[in-house]
Amino acid sequence: MHNIVFAVIARDLRLALRRPADIASAVFFFVIVVSLFPLGIGPEVDLLRKLAPGVLWVAALLATMLSLPRLFADDHRDGTLEQLALAPHPLGLVVTGKVIAHWLISGLPLALIAPVLGIQFDLTADALLVLTGAILLGTPALSGIGAIGAALTLGLRGGGVLLSLLVLPLYIPVLIFGAGAVDATVSGLGGEGHLSLLAAMTIAAIGFAPWASAAALKIALE
Amino acid sequence: MTDRFNLYHYASPATFYPLAGRLIPWFAALAAIFGLIGLYIGMLVAPTDFQQGEGYRIIFIHVPASWMSMFIYLVMAFWAAIGLAFNTRLSGMMARALAPTGALMAFLSLWTGALWGKPMWGTWWVWDARLTSELILLFLYIGYMALVAAIDDPRRGDKAGGLLLLVGVVNVPIIYFSVKWWNTLHQGSSVNLAKSSMAEVMLWAMLLVALSFWMYSIAVAFARVRTLILERERNADWVKAELAGDRP
Repeated sequence: MHNIVFAVIARDLRLALRRPADIASAVFFFVIVVSLFPLGIGPEVDLLRKLAPGVLWVAALLATMLSLPRLFADDHRDGTLEQLALAPHPLGLVVTGKVIAHWLISGLPLALIAPVLGIQFDLTADALLVLTGAILLGTPALSGIGAIGAALTLGLRGGGVLLSLLVLPLYIPVLIFGAGAVDATVSGLGGEGHLSLLAAMTIAAIGFAPWASAAALKIALE
Repeated sequence: MTDRFNLYHYASPATFYPLAGRLIPWFAALAAIFGLIGLYIGMLVAPTDFQQGEGYRIIFIHVPASWMSMFIYLVMAFWAAIGLAFNTRLSGMMARALAPTGALMAFLSLWTGALWGKPMWGTWWVWDARLTSELILLFLYIGYMALVAAIDDPRRGDKAGGLLLLVGVVNVPIIYFSVKWWNTLHQGSSVNLAKSSMAEVMLWAMLLVALSFWMYSIAVAFARVRTLILERERNADWVKAELAGDRP
């Protein structure tokens, strides 16, 4: 039963690693967007330190959005998706594998690079640790919720813009608690509560979102 | 069996179309009557608020609009669930027909809230939990309308939109509570069934306007669903006969 999940993860990772430029471009998009903010706002360290969690999180949401259309589009174009839908395994498990693979390709690199960008914003060591933890915990939820949007907009005109219209409002809770965890740490309240809620959202999203995406894929493939 | 009232009879667009046409004037009339009485009580009968002066009277539009914006989203999700579960054609059309009215109500609620906020709070907009979640609700309506508009095949559009509505309705409480914990400045809910903080006459005015908005929404949604039915069923014989009969 779970072999299908691991098989899909291994396959998607292998395909993604053959085109490393795609992974790198999303990561550099993240780096560039975050670096633009000090240029727009000004170099005052106090202000930047206050803005850092929100800026990093919004940039992470946008970078995730950027890689979402590819989640199903390539497989849809060459017919793989239809074969996967015809396979005897539940489509929800296949999508679970694809969501986890998407997180390994897009979410994990963001979490690894985020502390470096946090240093640019003069965050303390504690805050950097919580920021990394929050992005690690929160981005799987982004991949899961995003998969629903990617499946709903599969093969539509202007799919990318439409996808962001559908998905960004649903990302708001993750943004609030992700950035809130860092804010709470900086202000000395402790971010454990926020991190727990982020983890809860991620568990819920990984558990339920693939089945909703599978239903959306079946509608799109009809 | 035949003489029992059959709900499924009206699930067919061909039978619902004339029914909706007959009901629209009634709902429109009720909307006008309730609206006139409610606004008369709200604007002229209800006493001036000792704290907020005359400016508080915008609440008679603001609160019903907010209620309707949330309620219509739930109704759309209900039709979406029916449509996905029973594969009925009319449900998707009902959800589509309600969406613009829901978005209008959400917009009205934000707009009147801003007009009320300027004299009361001294600012048009604050990032408060209720305002923000109402704004997000407006985004959800817009996302739904954009999705169904982008899908050419109407049946796929209905189903994809329906799924989005169900996902949205699961998320609405999560969004609401996360925004609420994030920041709260809005005054507490004015209407509370156990112990209302309002004068009774104000509550009546608000409920009457809410009823008026409700009737208005039904009338407008029926009018919209009729055009959707004509568009979808344009090749059906009954539509051709209907359109031929309308011609002078």
